[in-house]
Amino acid sequence: MKRDWVAYPYMGWMLVFVTVPLVLLLYNSVIIDSGSGTVRFTLEHFGRVLEPMYLSVIWRSIMLALVSTVICLVLGYPMAMIIANSSLKTQYVLIILFIIPMWMNFLARTYAWMTLLEKTGLFSQFLRWLGLPVTGLLHTDFAVILGMVYNFLPFMIFPIYVVLRKMDKSLLEASRDLGATPLMTFRRVVFPLSLSGVLSGVTLVFMPAVTTFAIPQLLGGGHYTMIGNLIEQQYLRANDWGFGSALSIILIVIILLSMALIYKVDRKEDGGLMI
Amino acid sequence: MMAWLRRFYIWLIFFFLYAPILVLVLFSFNDSRSRSSWDGFTLHWYADLFANQQLMTALYNTIAIAIVSALVATVLGTVAAIGIQRMRGFKHSLTMNLTYLPILNPDIVTGISMMMFFIAVSIPRGMTSMMLAHITFCLPFVIIVVLPKLKQMDPLLYDAALDLGATPSKAYRSVIIPQILPSILVGFLLAFTMSVDDFVISFFVTGNGVNNLSIAIYTMAKRGISPSINAVMTLILVAVLIAVALVYYYVSHNKKITEKGWDI
Repeated sequence: MKRDWVAYPYMGWMLVFVTVPLVLLLYNSVIIDSGSGTVRFTLEHFGRVLEPMYLSVIWRSIMLALVSTVICLVLGYPMAMIIANSSLKTQYVLIILFIIPMWMNFLARTYAWMTLLEKTGLFSQFLRWLGLPVTGLLHTDFAVILGMVYNFLPFMIFPIYVVLRKMDKSLLEASRDLGATPLMTFRRVVFPLSLSGVLSGVTLVFMPAVTTFAIPQLLGGGHYTMIGNLIEQQYLRANDWGFGSALSIILIVIILLSMALIYKVDRKEDGGLMI
Repeated sequence: MMAWLRRFYIWLIFFFLYAPILVLVLFSFNDSRSRSSWDGFTLHWYADLFANQQLMTALYNTIAIAIVSALVATVLGTVAAIGIQRMRGFKHSLTMNLTYLPILNPDIVTGISMMMFFIAVSIPRGMTSMMLAHITFCLPFVIIVVLPKLKQMDPLLYDAALDLGATPSKAYRSVIIPQILPSILVGFLLAFTMSVDDFVISFFVTGNGVNNLSIAIYTMAKRGISPSINAVMTLILVAVLIAVALVYYYVSHNKKITEKGWDI
């Protein structure tokens, strides 16, 4: 069409600063630079990913992210329902209350939990006061999951809330008139109709969770807790760009696979609703 | 019973969200390094903070980078959206894929691939590399905010302006841009927020000891707990609350928004 050239500077920018770096990443993941200017192709870096030690890190990252996603869903869905069923003014206030912590620095929020979870921290003291045998919770899986849920919960709530808010309320009345109990209405009507929101929420929580390295670094404390930490190590300490690049490619593959899975569920459910 | 349960649940979730923040605010005034006992009121940590050259520079960098990169991204992105709107077919889908790519890409991958790129082409790492990176990851957000608004607009408006004798650029300046101005503003604010909050990408692309606030907090937190971070956090909270109050005031005094709801 006419005059679309005004977008060319943008396209050029993105090609240079997004595509070229990604090609470079791919390139680095399959070469070995022996220093004297000789470069040879290899799949060695990807081979190393298959070593049990690294596979267990990848597995662990996926599990921690999955657990956090499920907790976010269980905690967030009722909250989204409550917000969607409030008066318009209350909706505004509740949403703003969810956004305020998100505008505070992400690192500062994670830091906040560091102080609460350490041995003398208030949260640990509170649990001891309840009679639980707790000595510091910092540097545990529990802390990592807590940090993820805390940071990513709003990402689960917002998309579900948006879908629930738009839902045709007469469907609920119809369901009740036809004799369904509230639980049945939820299972057969509300939840299936909100599935697109749930799937966006799951995507928005799982992706940052599986790729994070700051949360496990600060709250988990260990060196090889998640893929993100492993990648960071290759660049900032081990100086092994090849292995780091290969791990990044694996991370992209994990995300693409989980997106394909989510997309498939989405499609199937849409089809199911048609019938 | 249901209403009570609902209320209880809201309180529970907000307690979970705000308790850590409130504890830090409280302890930013505590006259001891401890986070478990209250030893009296002090402004000591605030004085420490303002004397802390590392944190103050980081704060300045964060704001400077956010303003510059949000401005550049908004201008470049708005112009690009105008162009994308006129594209069709393959070119359109190519550009949109280019737009979604950095959004879908994990931050850590964006960060390290850019870092390797900056090293490969010898772009100085520090302010320059951070600005370039921030402009790059802000651009898609400007486009996904501005583009739908442009598509919503009546295309006849533009034709009418041309029929009335405006040159194409004049038509854009006096007809189209004023119409999409609210979206451009939202795009700018979104870009600004993304930039201020970014940690991962900045962490990898920076160098030569240039830090933003996120990196500074990360480095300090890794070394151990410092009450000065509590003070920073309190100041951020105050800034956010002021911003929210201003927006809330603007929204509740603007009939157009209150009637139409969220969708600006």
